[in-house]
Amino acid sequence: MNFNQKWGCNMQIDWANFTPYMSLGGGVLIGLAAVLLMAFQGRIMGISGIAASVLQSRPDNHWRMSFLIGTLVGSALFAAIIAPVELMMVASLPVLVIAGLLVGIGTALGSGCTSGHGICGISRFSVRSIGATCVFVFTGMVTVFFVA
Amino acid sequence: MKMKQSMAALIIGGFFGAGLAMAGMLNPAKVQGFLNITGQWDPSLMFVMIGGIGVAAIGFPILRRRSGPVLADSYSWPELVTLDRPLLLGSAIFGIGWGLGGLCPGPAIAVLSIAFWPAAIFTASMLAGLFIGQKLKAAQ
Repeated sequence: MNFNQKWGCNMQIDWANFTPYMSLGGGVLIGLAAVLLMAFQGRIMGISGIAASVLQSRPDNHWRMSFLIGTLVGSALFAAIIAPVELMMVASLPVLVIAGLLVGIGTALGSGCTSGHGICGISRFSVRSIGATCVFVFTGMVTVFFVA
Repeated sequence: MKMKQSMAALIIGGFFGAGLAMAGMLNPAKVQGFLNITGQWDPSLMFVMIGGIGVAAIGFPILRRRSGPVLADSYSWPELVTLDRPLLLGSAIFGIGWGLGGLCPGPAIAVLSIAFWPAAIFTASMLAGLFIGQKLKAAQ
């Protein structure tokens, strides 16, 4: 009995959807944005934190709003000029509402998300961010195991 | 100064949004594919992490040797160093929402320009969640 049979799973690499070069290139752009935001604004590029601050109407929110608008414009320009963006929603509207709530509550309590902990924190070798990333990737995998 | 900061942040946000789009992070089905390790696993998001962490791991130490940021007084590096309950509990909750919807905060914003309604509903719900989470954290 092999591992897959023993654990009732069927792990296989999904070669049809595997995009190593585009994903690596996108990752490099994301990393570049993180370094540039620290270089110019002196801030960690954590999107949950940036979005949460906007809710608090803090005096230095002008750059946060600009960043969020830039994010939206950047993805639109990429889709329009460079390559169409493949997109398939996986959740029904009620599930999307619950997912959004959980993402908001979780990232506020956990002080960060995939960008702040997963990219910026891990690259600083932060124990908190490495711990947070392991936890959210793990619970994400468990969730997908049950819903997918 | 505010104008310069806003312009810089707009352009940097543009890099971030384009990077998310290029990486495949805007596709909830692809995100679930990465989290689906017991089925058809799509390892692409590992490469997003490698690219992003690689660039930041080189760039951040270079910045640390400089006196400060171009458009602000000083660098705000996070100071907390120890794991605590809100961090782990919050991250666990975030992971469940990420797995359910296939969206995390950055892509939720970026998808607004491509699939407005689902992204707007998710983002509105996420902002409500952030508000609740801030209250919970303050009450700790």
